Amino acid sequence: MSILVNKNTRVICQGITGKSGQFHTSHCKAYGTQMVGGVTPGRGGQDFDGIPIFDTVAEAVEKTGADATMIFVPPPFAADAIMEAADAGIRIVIAITEGIPVRDMVRAAEVVRRTGVRLVGPNCPGVITPEECKIGIMPGYIHKKGSVGVMSRSGTLTYEAVWQLTNLGLGQSTCVGLGGDPIVGTSFVDLLEMFQNDPETEAILMMGEIGGSAEEEAAAFVSKHVTKPVAAFIAGRTAPPGKRMGHAGAIISGGKGTAGEKIAALEAAGIVVAESPADMGTAVQRAMRK
Amino acid sequence: MKIHEFQAKQILREAGVAVPRGFVADTPQAAVDAFVKLGGPLAVIKAQIHAGGRGKGTIQEIPAQRGVQLVRSREEAESVAANILGHTLVTIQTGPEGKVVHRVLVEEGCSIARELYLAAVIDRGLGGPVLIASQEGGMDIEHVAATMPDRILTEPFDVDTGVQPYQVRKLAARLGLPQAALRNAEQFVQAFSKLFLARDCSMLEINPLVLTSDNRLLALDAKMSFDDNALFRHPELTALRDLAEEEPSEIRAGEAGLSFVQLDGNIGCLVNGAGLAMSTMDLIKLHGGQPANFLDVGGGANVQQVTEAFRILVADPKVKAVLVNIFGGIMRCTTIAEALLEAHRSVNFKIPLVVRLEGTEVEEGRRILAESKLDIISAPGLTEAAKMVVAAIGK
Repeated sequence: MSILVNKNTRVICQGITGKSGQFHTSHCKAYGTQMVGGVTPGRGGQDFDGIPIFDTVAEAVEKTGADATMIFVPPPFAADAIMEAADAGIRIVIAITEGIPVRDMVRAAEVVRRTGVRLVGPNCPGVITPEECKIGIMPGYIHKKGSVGVMSRSGTLTYEAVWQLTNLGLGQSTCVGLGGDPIVGTSFVDLLEMFQNDPETEAILMMGEIGGSAEEEAAAFVSKHVTKPVAAFIAGRTAPPGKRMGHAGAIISGGKGTAGEKIAALEAAGIVVAESPADMGTAVQRAMRK
Repeated sequence: MKIHEFQAKQILREAGVAVPRGFVADTPQAAVDAFVKLGGPLAVIKAQIHAGGRGKGTIQEIPAQRGVQLVRSREEAESVAANILGHTLVTIQTGPEGKVVHRVLVEEGCSIARELYLAAVIDRGLGGPVLIASQEGGMDIEHVAATMPDRILTEPFDVDTGVQPYQVRKLAARLGLPQAALRNAEQFVQAFSKLFLARDCSMLEINPLVLTSDNRLLALDAKMSFDDNALFRHPELTALRDLAEEEPSEIRAGEAGLSFVQLDGNIGCLVNGAGLAMSTMDLIKLHGGQPANFLDVGGGANVQQVTEAFRILVADPKVKAVLVNIFGGIMRCTTIAEALLEAHRSVNFKIPLVVRLEGTEVEEGRRILAESKLDIISAPGLTEAAKMVVAAIGK
């Protein structure tokens, strides 16, 4: 087992004819992901690298039996692509696109809620179940099959953490990038519940950052519902208030959402918090020994 | 993106949200003309900078002069405008260096019955737009939230249709507005919410929102900021950007597609990815150093971006050493190493440079750096990199 995706997941790419869509479709396919189709309106009937292209997601689902989609559609059209996938009966939508207007995402998130589809992202690196299925832009080879569930609001910081785990001999069950935008489809709490229920996951590592209250909510959920060991790291201890640090989410305003508050909440829930980003892997080891 | 108060008020006025009559002036004479045109016994002169706290802020050159002042004559309008225009206003939000004021807003006075607070934001938790209102007008809302949380009212609204009339009546009752103000409040708040949506605002704040003695709502102050990701569909807003209000280095970085924030330390950072960039700053601090900036070159950096990033870093005289931290994923370490060498040569780098590479083809990338004969300190790990750059400053 694992969560969200595995070797049986059949994946299409929306935006498959764009530069990023092509590049990452090839990489995912090379990793072993079942890339069964692509969607670009107006390019139906063509193919990319032997992968058939369709005009609509509905047609792609009907012809290929796809249950997952990876979205690389440019920002002005990406929310529409998410809604199209939800409407077509896809099970999981993984939106990589960065820079979608918030108002568009509010509308898309409503459709996602109504249809019950699982949305991961947007503005995220994607989801990988090592040695089975990679949907996204993460480098596949740094991962190793195993039992640590990894979840994060950031991209390269996740790679850093995964690489530390792999070098310590700790493989991963599934790694999920939540995305750095104000409105994302999947939260830490959603994933904590899935990891807790996944028999293959034995420990959980979460990477949070300043701003918002997602980490505090995760801490509250862990103390009530999670029995597996949890380790965490919070980025942005030294960030000045009121400034936006790359991610729209990473703004501290009025003393709310500071790293200090988040770390205190996590530790109160019995989570092992790494003080340095160089110690994320070893924090998981400490949590497992506790 | 942020805009000035006078620009925000023009947008509010066009959307049917009542604001006081007023004129922008960039000379003392224009301020006098504005005072005369308003025709009243008194007017308010307000310095126009993006930072808040103007009413309590002082002019650096003339400490008795505040950033907002009532005037009662042409002469007073002229002298106050002369005190403020071209001078530096220091507020709690500008930092000690302050901001030079290029314009003032001259507005008519009004008779105030009550001061309230009204704002709209996108709430992450609710996943949609929400109104925030409070009886505590004129106060910093974060302070109200911290000390009197029960005084903060919230009301989520629909992303397409905006606030409904019944929602305004509900809020009005909780704010204790008189019945005679209801009709006007419905119109005001609905127009306010529709404007928030139509212009893709990330925040729209009216503080104070005034209830006049004849039961009308009036936006006495206005702060408006926009979702940068939606600016592509608002060319009219992009034109309102005031580059004088932004850090020159941040503007330059923006043009090169880099995400950059100026800080106060002396160790320049160049990192790929926002989360890793923040973590690198944290790591420097953990080992006793002070980061000079946040700089994210993106998940896949290219030669042009790395070169421009180096130029921005070395242009800051405070920067005494630079730490490069790159996790090469899809982007190979060899490509990054070559980009670093090319950038190093073209920028004429003279301060210590510590590079930590990890990821795809890392051995090869480190070899390229080692064989370059350039003065680059290659760090074997994350912790070592931070220690090395802090040590390099100490020398």
